[in-house]
Amino acid sequence: MSRSSADLALRRLTLVCALSVACILGLITVFLTLASLPAFTDIGIVAFVRDLAWYPRENMFNLVPMIAGSLIVTAIALLMATPLGIAAAIFLSYYAQGFVGASFQRLVELLTGIPSVVFGFWGLVAIVPLLAAWHAPGASVLAAALVLALMILPTIILMSHTAITAVPESYRHAAAALSLDRFAMIFHIVLPAAFSGIITAVLLALGRAIGETMVVLMVAGNVVKLPSSVFDPVRTLTANIALEMAYARDDHRAALFFSGLLLLALVTLLVFIGERFSSVRPEHATAISPRSDQTHAHFP
Amino acid sequence: MPRQYPHEVIKHMHTFRDRLIAWISAASVLLITLLFLWLVLDIFFKGFAGLHWSFLTSAPLNAGRAGGIAPVIVSTLLILGVCMLVCVPAGLATAIHLSEYTVRNPAAARLIRRSLDTLAGVPSIVFGLFGASVFCDLLGLGYSILSGGLTLACMVLPFMIRAGEESLRSVPQEYRLGASALGFSQYSVLTGILIPVAMPGLSIGLILGIGRALAETAALIFTSGYVLRMPESLLDSGRTLSVHIYDLAMNVSGGEANGYTSALVLIAILVMINTGARILTQRIVHEVHI
Amino acid sequence: MLRLIFCLNLVWLLAGCDAADHAREKLVITGSSTIAPLIADIARRFESQHAEYQVDVQSGGSSRGIADVRRGVAHIGMVSRGPDSDEQDLQWYALARDGIGMIIHQQNTIAALNAAQIADIFTGRIMDWQTLGGPAQKITVVNKAEGRSTLEVFLKFFALKNSTIKPQVIIGENQQGIKTVAGNIGAIGYVSIGSAEVAIAEGTAIKLLPMNGVAASVDNVRNGSFPIARTLHLITGAKLTAAARIFLDFALSPAVHDLIEAQYFVPLQR
Repeated sequence: MSRSSADLALRRLTLVCALSVACILGLITVFLTLASLPAFTDIGIVAFVRDLAWYPRENMFNLVPMIAGSLIVTAIALLMATPLGIAAAIFLSYYAQGFVGASFQRLVELLTGIPSVVFGFWGLVAIVPLLAAWHAPGASVLAAALVLALMILPTIILMSHTAITAVPESYRHAAAALSLDRFAMIFHIVLPAAFSGIITAVLLALGRAIGETMVVLMVAGNVVKLPSSVFDPVRTLTANIALEMAYARDDHRAALFFSGLLLLALVTLLVFIGERFSSVRPEHATAISPRSDQTHAHFP
Repeated sequence: MPRQYPHEVIKHMHTFRDRLIAWISAASVLLITLLFLWLVLDIFFKGFAGLHWSFLTSAPLNAGRAGGIAPVIVSTLLILGVCMLVCVPAGLATAIHLSEYTVRNPAAARLIRRSLDTLAGVPSIVFGLFGASVFCDLLGLGYSILSGGLTLACMVLPFMIRAGEESLRSVPQEYRLGASALGFSQYSVLTGILIPVAMPGLSIGLILGIGRALAETAALIFTSGYVLRMPESLLDSGRTLSVHIYDLAMNVSGGEANGYTSALVLIAILVMINTGARILTQRIVHEVHI
Repeated sequence: MLRLIFCLNLVWLLAGCDAADHAREKLVITGSSTIAPLIADIARRFESQHAEYQVDVQSGGSSRGIADVRRGVAHIGMVSRGPDSDEQDLQWYALARDGIGMIIHQQNTIAALNAAQIADIFTGRIMDWQTLGGPAQKITVVNKAEGRSTLEVFLKFFALKNSTIKPQVIIGENQQGIKTVAGNIGAIGYVSIGSAEVAIAEGTAIKLLPMNGVAASVDNVRNGSFPIARTLHLITGAKLTAAARIFLDFALSPAVHDLIEAQYFVPLQR
C-alpha cells in the first residue's frame, strides 16, 4: 500500500506528541527523585517503615499508616462511586428520555469543574457535622470516602456513558432480534462490550481519588494512625504533603517528596493491577467485543 | 445518521429483573442528583446575594473581602486558554496515535497508556512544585500565566487523551476499511470520518479537561501565582478563580461570602464554556453528515 | 506542533515588547499564606504611592519564603514564625502579632479552662467534658499539623511535645479549625484569635476561652495582656536592594497599621 507524504507526516507528528506526553511522567519522576535524595541518604529507606510514628520534627518518619490511609480511602470511594456511576451511565444511555437525561448530564458536567476546595468546604460544613452527631469525631475515613466518591463520579459517569453509547447499534438490534430482555442486553452484551472504556474510566477515577488533596485534607481528620473503623480519622499521603510541605525544611521536606514518589509507585502498581483485571473479562465478551485484540481499531 | 435509542427498538420490559435494573439505575441517578443539587444549591444560595455587575467588573479590595474579581476572571480565562492551546492539539494527536498507529507496537502503546493513567494520579501539589521548578525556574518563565497554563496542560492531558482515545477506538473498523477501499488518504479518513464520528466522545474529553483545569488550585499557587493585578501579558503572574476561592475560604477571615460568589461565577463560566464547546462540536458533526 | 511553537514564540515577542513599555522595577515577595493577603494589600498601597515599582506577592508557605530568599528568587520573604537557630543568615523584621486562643463549640457549657486542664485534654488524660464539669460528651481534640507555627507556639506555651498529644482531628489553616469545631459539639482546638472573632461575629457556633483569666480578644493581644501569641515576620537576605529597603520601610511603618488591623492582626508599636 502506498503512503502519501502527508500520511507519513501525520504519523510522525502524532508519535512525537505521544512520546512527549509520556515524557512528562518521566520528568516528574526525575524531579521527585532528585528532590527526595536526602531522604535516601540522610533518613534511610528503612526508617519510613521502622520508625515508631510520623513526627518529622522529632526525627520519626513512619509512612506506613499514611500509605494504608491512601489505599483505604481510595478503595472505599471507588467501591461507592463505581456501581453508582455505572448505574447512572446505564440510566443516561437507556432510560433517560430527552430533557431528564440532558439535564442530568449537564449537572454532572458542572461537577467536574467545581474546585476541590469547594467540595472540601462543603464536606466540612455539611457532611462532617452529620457524621459527628452520629459517631464523633466526624472527620473520618467515611467522610473522606463519601466526598471523594462524589468528586470522582462525574469522571466515571461521563466516560462510561461514552463507552456504552459507543457499542455498535447492530449489537442491540441483534439482541432485540433474539428477543433478549433488557437486563440480558445490558449485562451480557452492552457492558462486556464497553468493558475497556469503563475500566479506563475507573482507572482515571482511581488516579483522581488517590491524588486528590484538598478534599481529603478537609474532611479526613488527618491523624497519622491506622484506622480501626471507618469512623476513625485517617491521613493520606497527599494530605500529608499538602499539610506539611508549606512549612517543611531539609529532611522533612525530602521525606515529603519521597512520599510523592511513593504515591507515584502506588498508582503505577494499581494501574498495572487494573490492566490485569481488565484483560480478564468474561469469555463471551471477548468473542463479540469490538475492542478485542484481534480487531483492534487502526488504519488499514 | 440519526441515533436510534434502543427503547424504540426493544419495547418490552416484562421481566422482573428488567424492572429491577430500571429502578436501581433511576435510584442511583436520583441519589446522585440530590447530592449534587445539595452542593450546587448551597453555593447558589450563599453566593447569589453578592452577585452584582460591579462584582464582575471591579478589582478586589481588602484582600478580596470587598470589591470584585475582574482581574481574577481575566487571569483564569488566559490560563485556561494557554492550557487548551497546548492540550487540544497535543492531546488529539496523542489520542490518534494511541488508537490508530499502535497496532504494530503494542508495547510502546501500553507504556504510554500506563504513564498517562499514572499521571492522572499525581497529586496536584506535586504538579505545582514540578511546574515551579521546570517552567518557572528552568525555562525562566517565572511566576506567570504561561507557566500556570503549561503546568495545567500536563495535568489535564491524561484525561483528554484517554477519553479521546476511547472514543476514536469505538469508531467501527468498517468505516476505516471502507474509506481505505475508496482510496482515501489517512489524513482525510481522520478529518473526514474518524474525528467527526468520534466527536461526542472527544467533546466529553474536552469538557472533563476544562473542568479539571478550572477547578485546579494547588498546582497554580506555585506557578501562575497569587497576584491580583490585571494581567498585561502572559508573562505576568495572575490569580485564578479557584486560587482566589481557596484564599478567601482558608486565609482571609470573613472572606467566605465573596468566596461563594466567586464559586458561583466559576460555575457560570464553566456552563458557558461547556455549552460553547458542545455547540462547536455539534456543528462539526453536523457539517460532515450533510 | 510547529504551529504551537510559533504561537509560543509570538507570545514571547508580545510579552517582551510589553515588558519594555513598562520599565517598572519588579519586587518579588513570597512565603506564608497567612501573611500573603495582608502583604498583597500593603503592596497595592505601596504601588499607588511609588509608581516606579511593581510588587508581586506570591504565597506558598513560610518554607518557600525562606528558600526563595536564600536562592535569590524573591527579594523579601514572609514567615509566620520566629527565626530558628540555623536561620541567622537572614534578616528578620517583625511585622505584626497574631494571638492564639482556645476555641470550643458554642453550646459547650465550659466557661474557662486552666493551662493544666488543657494540657490534660490534649495529652488524652481527660477524655470527657463531664470530668471538667461540662456536658456528658466525648472530647474531640483538634490539633494543628506538624510544622505550623501555631502548633509550635501552642506546644511551647503548654510545655508539651507533639508526640504526646492525642488528637482526633488534625487541621491545616485556621478556617478549617473553626469549621471543624463549629461542626462538633465536643471539639476543642486553637486558632488565630482574629479569625475566631470574625467567625463569631458572623454567627459561627464557636466560642473563645479566656486564658489565665484574660479574655481572648484582639484588644488584649494588642495591649499585651493575652499570653499566647506569635509574631509574623518579613525576611530578607544579608544584602538589600534599594527597592526592598523602601518597601520594608513602608511595610513596617504606621502608614499600614489600618491594613494590618483590617486583616485582624495586631500592629507592633515601635
